[in-house]
Amino acid sequence: MTRARDVLLDPLFNKNPIGLQILGICSALAVTSKLETVLVMALAVTFVIAFSNLSVSLIRQQIPGSIRIIVEMTIIATLVIIVDQFLKAYAFSISKQLSVFVGLIITNCIVLGRAEAFAMKNSPGLSFLDGIGNGLGYSLVLVIVGFFRELLGAGKLLGTVFLPTTSDGGWYLANGLMLLPPSAFFIIGLLIWALRSWKTDQIEEDN
Amino acid sequence: MIEHYLSLFIKSIFIENMALAFFLGMCTFLAVSKKVDTAVGLGIAVIVVQTITVPANNLIYQYLLKEGALFWLGLEGMDLTFIGLICYIGVIAAMVQILEMVLDRYFPALYNALGVFLPLITVNCAILGGSLFMVERDYNFAESIVFGFGSGTGWALALVALAGIREKMKYADVPPGLRGLGITFMIVGLMSMAFMAFSGIQL
Repeated sequence: MTRARDVLLDPLFNKNPIGLQILGICSALAVTSKLETVLVMALAVTFVIAFSNLSVSLIRQQIPGSIRIIVEMTIIATLVIIVDQFLKAYAFSISKQLSVFVGLIITNCIVLGRAEAFAMKNSPGLSFLDGIGNGLGYSLVLVIVGFFRELLGAGKLLGTVFLPTTSDGGWYLANGLMLLPPSAFFIIGLLIWALRSWKTDQIEEDN
Repeated sequence: MIEHYLSLFIKSIFIENMALAFFLGMCTFLAVSKKVDTAVGLGIAVIVVQTITVPANNLIYQYLLKEGALFWLGLEGMDLTFIGLICYIGVIAAMVQILEMVLDRYFPALYNALGVFLPLITVNCAILGGSLFMVERDYNFAESIVFGFGSGTGWALALVALAGIREKMKYADVPPGLRGLGITFMIVGLMSMAFMAFSGIQL
């Protein structure tokens, strides 16, 4: 049981896919200006990683080594199409806001990375848990970034006003930079700094 | 006419820079930007692949997937856009593979210089992102060539610039927790802010 727990919880802090492994940053930055899109994106990615890990693990004995990347890509692309069609049907406005970034889950390195590194070598159950764990680790970073960007940039969380901005007659002077792309880099940079000050073994050697 | 294409070109390099404004291809962007030499190699590879795949996907979208595009088969009102993603990634993977073989056969020097970066391009989101933006913005064939070349160039430019800065970073005394990845994020953030100066420019 401890192994299952490690597989599920390790990616949150000890082996965070974004913080330590530099994977899946592309979409982590672009969708984080609002918490709502962040939550949808996090759910979508977790779903895709968990089920791609499960499917790859189920057929791992049958896949010939030379074409495994193509097989994995096809599985991932199929899952992403399911997510994309689902969002278009039930959450059209959010799907418009996410625009190309739903499709880009295909090239999110976390998904392919986990399929290659974990699902090809482990049982379906563990692979599924690993997928959920990595999805959660990714979601955690996204939610933190989205939280600060929306709160400081617009004074809102999920559309509810928390800090009434001066333009609406309140007292909070909104920090417009937070809504712009560069702020995501700064927040993730600071987040990595915080994480590595806590877990000092993740500090990179000077080279 | 020529002005339209020129403005699209400039726009895709500077104003809508793939790496700094849309965060595409970040994984490779951060991983391969330690040395200027390798950055230049990867940059060239991305420009070439992007210039080929975006127009190729444009043709596939226009003549096979778009609603009503299959009328020449007698299939009117057929809308295949939902399988678009799988087609684009297939085209990209195939193009990279073909390019690899062609380079190996006819330009061995360039092939050796690019080395391992060529296959890695398949999973570079800037490439797939380019094709998806092309579909979303409904570019025609000529526009898609210009956009492919421009967006590839913009990405390469940002990559080489970042590599240049990181080479100088070894003289800096960075706090332990920020070393490596953390400080790179800060640098990219500052670069992205600098590139924001281009936004809002109307050509």
